[in-house]
Amino acid sequence: MQELIISGSPHAHTTDTVNRRMWNVVIALLPSLGVALWVFGLSALWVTLVAVGACMATEWLIERYLFHRPCTLSNGSALITGLLLAFNLPNILPWWMVVIGAVVAIGIGKMSFGGLGCNIWNPALVGRVFLLLSFPAAMTTWDSAVNSGFIQAAHTGASGVDASTGATLLATLKSHGHVVDSSSVDWLTLGLGDMNGSLGEVGSIAILLGLAWMLITRVITWHIPVSVLGSAALLSWATGANPGIELLAGGLMLGAVFMATDYVTSPMTHWGQIIYGVLIGVLTIIIRRWGAYPEGVSFAILLGNSVTPLINKYCRPRRFGMRKIRKEAKA
Amino acid sequence: MTIFWLTILILGVVGLLAALVLYFVAKRFYVYEDPRIAEVEALLPGANCGGCGFKGCHDFAAACAGASSLEGLNCPGAGKAGMDAIGILLGLNVVAGIRKLAMLNCNGTCSLRPAINKFEGPRSCAIEAATYAGTTACPYGCLGCGDCVKACPHGAMRMDEETGLPVVDSARCTGCGVCVKACPRGLMQLNVAPQSYKKMVRVACSNHDRGPAAMKACEVSCIACGKCKKACESNSITIDNFCARIDSESCTRCGACVEVCPRKTILVSQIAEYQPKK
Amino acid sequence: MKKYTFRMGGIHPPQHKSTADSPIQQGPVAPLLTLLLSQSIGAPSKPLVKPGDKVVAGQPVAEPGGFVSSWIHSPCCGTVKKLERVRTPQGYPVDAITIERDPEGTESFSFPPLDPSTASSEELVQRVREAGIVGLGGATFPTFIKLTPPPGTKPECVILNGAECEPYLTCDDRLMREHAAEIAEGAYCLMRSVGVRYCYIGIEANKPEAIAAMKQAAEKYQGMKVCVLRTKYPQGGEKQLIAAIMGREVPSGALPVAVGAIVDNVATAYAVQQAVVLGKPLTGRVLTVTGEGALNPGNYYVELGTPLTMIMQADERVNKVIGGGPMMGKAMSNLDTPSTKGLSGVLTMCLDSTPDIQPCIRCAACYSACPMGLEPMLLARQAENGDWEYAAQSGVMDCIECGSCAYTCPSNRRLLDWIRYSKTQVRKLK
Repeated sequence: MQELIISGSPHAHTTDTVNRRMWNVVIALLPSLGVALWVFGLSALWVTLVAVGACMATEWLIERYLFHRPCTLSNGSALITGLLLAFNLPNILPWWMVVIGAVVAIGIGKMSFGGLGCNIWNPALVGRVFLLLSFPAAMTTWDSAVNSGFIQAAHTGASGVDASTGATLLATLKSHGHVVDSSSVDWLTLGLGDMNGSLGEVGSIAILLGLAWMLITRVITWHIPVSVLGSAALLSWATGANPGIELLAGGLMLGAVFMATDYVTSPMTHWGQIIYGVLIGVLTIIIRRWGAYPEGVSFAILLGNSVTPLINKYCRPRRFGMRKIRKEAKA
Repeated sequence: MTIFWLTILILGVVGLLAALVLYFVAKRFYVYEDPRIAEVEALLPGANCGGCGFKGCHDFAAACAGASSLEGLNCPGAGKAGMDAIGILLGLNVVAGIRKLAMLNCNGTCSLRPAINKFEGPRSCAIEAATYAGTTACPYGCLGCGDCVKACPHGAMRMDEETGLPVVDSARCTGCGVCVKACPRGLMQLNVAPQSYKKMVRVACSNHDRGPAAMKACEVSCIACGKCKKACESNSITIDNFCARIDSESCTRCGACVEVCPRKTILVSQIAEYQPKK
Repeated sequence: MKKYTFRMGGIHPPQHKSTADSPIQQGPVAPLLTLLLSQSIGAPSKPLVKPGDKVVAGQPVAEPGGFVSSWIHSPCCGTVKKLERVRTPQGYPVDAITIERDPEGTESFSFPPLDPSTASSEELVQRVREAGIVGLGGATFPTFIKLTPPPGTKPECVILNGAECEPYLTCDDRLMREHAAEIAEGAYCLMRSVGVRYCYIGIEANKPEAIAAMKQAAEKYQGMKVCVLRTKYPQGGEKQLIAAIMGREVPSGALPVAVGAIVDNVATAYAVQQAVVLGKPLTGRVLTVTGEGALNPGNYYVELGTPLTMIMQADERVNKVIGGGPMMGKAMSNLDTPSTKGLSGVLTMCLDSTPDIQPCIRCAACYSACPMGLEPMLLARQAENGDWEYAAQSGVMDCIECGSCAYTCPSNRRLLDWIRYSKTQVRKLK
């Protein structure tokens, strides 16, 4: 018999690890990456590689030289931040802007709070919003004319709406007051993602595949994606817009599935998650319809992240043995 | 250009209103406090260690400012210089308190008391003590996770890597007793350290087992043989539950017990003058 | 068939019940028995014998040292060797009586048998007390105290706990399969002693043979019913069991009898039957020897005080030995120690390496796992920060220490270690 190990109970542990969860998110992101490559070609790959590389390098440098802690790259969280940041960028963004976004995302969005698990806002979105506010022109220019050479139909986008090169469907919608004739929409093209937009937001079917994977592997639960998408659809329908287009065009799907569900910045209880999801969905549609920007998912999620501690404080689980006491107190 | 002036005007009015509100709130809810309290507090270390017997530095400062004599009021962390400054400020005479020092009643170093099992869990004495009797054969001795070091508000303690035991820096220790509360095994003890003595004598063991069991547990354990008690001329050694203890108030630091101890359990340590942190 | 379960939280750890098919064997016969004087919760017992005294099997050797304490009886005939201080499995010093076995001795002491259907409630409770019966599920709370509910409470039913939700352990399962009639009679004794008309026997669905045996045995008694429970940890937790079977939640800080339930383990019921019907005091118990490193896995009837080294043979890879199951059992640092009333199993583990502790990613897995509706991640963080008032407000004292949170944490954080620590600190606050 060897030297005995002592520890407090429990002595059994699940096989689930942080790494398994993170790498399952990476797998769930792959279909969307595929769509980005298919629609935008090699420029998408280039942006993705720069973003991922810069995120991982920033994390490594900060851990090594600022925190003097062991390297944590293997848990995949920096990789996910890099991928999500790239998915939120246009394909022709200059490489140095991508690097700035990555440094802000990891350096300010994540490490300044203490690293994994400590951040208040989703790091990738911090990077993206920083870029959007700093370089508004570059962040809203898409060059599908060059890159979507794979399929010519891409230029027409959703037929019927006069989508033009360089503008997203949402920007076009905004100029039309969000009122479209739904019979003229080419739903298949919208679903496949053959249109203008940021890298990861175009392929809705691919995002849903990723969602399915994350639900199957129990990385996330349905509460956040369903409440975000459901509330957004409901509000857009109630205000006269076409819910289908609101969901499929723009980053709502990407945000609801991959960004809002970030563990660290979303509430803990299921009820809290539903409130948080509804808040994000509603804010997104409000910003899209009445805000200055054609797209509002990033801002909505960051605002949702900001109220997460408050939601956590008030949406606590029901404690065992507490219901009875309350009833008795009433009686 | 109108919009420019309009902006200036509106912001100016908003600022003015806010300032007025703040002014009236400050007036309405003003609480008078003796200004000397803040002045005394500035002379204190601000560690809120509780060594003076009050809840924090502010409470102590308030007590000083309201007192007619400083007898019994002593901040060990401020040191003699600090207390004198407070005395001058308040125009009162400082009555020097008896200095106290924290000491570890265990000398079971890694080599004298080797580990016989491995603890896996948070590195905290409190948690280890709640889980089992410890990594060594002695169920009374130091666990070596440094809860006392983490608790010390004056930076007077450190872990000795080689022995695995905490070391008290007597030049920094104020005798506030925070470490005494932090130790789940009750191994830290406050001893009286008057000016006239430059050293301390302590029984560096807390093993309450009978002789044979204590002997098995550690090479320098107290076996309660009573030799030190017989050798002590000032009658300051008691044997309580199979472990000797020296009363630091009556002990004359003669060192007679150190020589007779068959287990080398009684240790003499030099103590330095207290130097407040700058 | 309806399967009862509790609603909140819970986990599904791998069962590992490989010893379920090995029948109960007679355990090792030790020449020297060491009876610890602290075998139940509460005050240590006071010895009644001196070194050199002759004792016979079943003779009381220690009396209760307080109200919450228990009698201890010699399992064998022999001579008291000495009263000495030994170490518990966790290394703490504890007083004990050592008895040298007289292999020739056949004499035995027993109480006069009682007829459970005619004996009075007081007689039954007194017998349970004198026989030294404590909760054999692991908590070792003296059973007679449970059977004398505080004034103002009204017990409605007895619940027998045969859930055995801990992985690896199979001793209760085997006991139910082999001694169903005795357990049912013991349950009847318990019902009579508290004066209730109903008894529910909760058994997890992964023990079909035990369910069948107990159902057959329960038919003999009116008001006794077997409830099949869903296989989920911690189904055998007292509060969870009551919630599953009665649909009532024991209020925070209250005893189970506040909702009318008295919960006892099936092994306790067996011991009660032995004490009442046969007059035999509690001098041994069934325990499971199991784990990857056990060379003699199985279920054994072991006399109290048998050295652990005789009960369990472990191979050389073993680096962790646990008294009890893997979820709530305690790791042992000292194997030179005897078996006690509370030892339900010896589990040997061969661990390669422990995974690193990673930062909390706030995934809320512990929230969903907690059967008490607490927030383990928050409680652990409050403990790390030493915020005891807040911890008390957050309900840390409701924690049943089932370990579901730490089991499920993907970051492998030692949540329960911190929560346990917090509980000791909050207790000091009062």
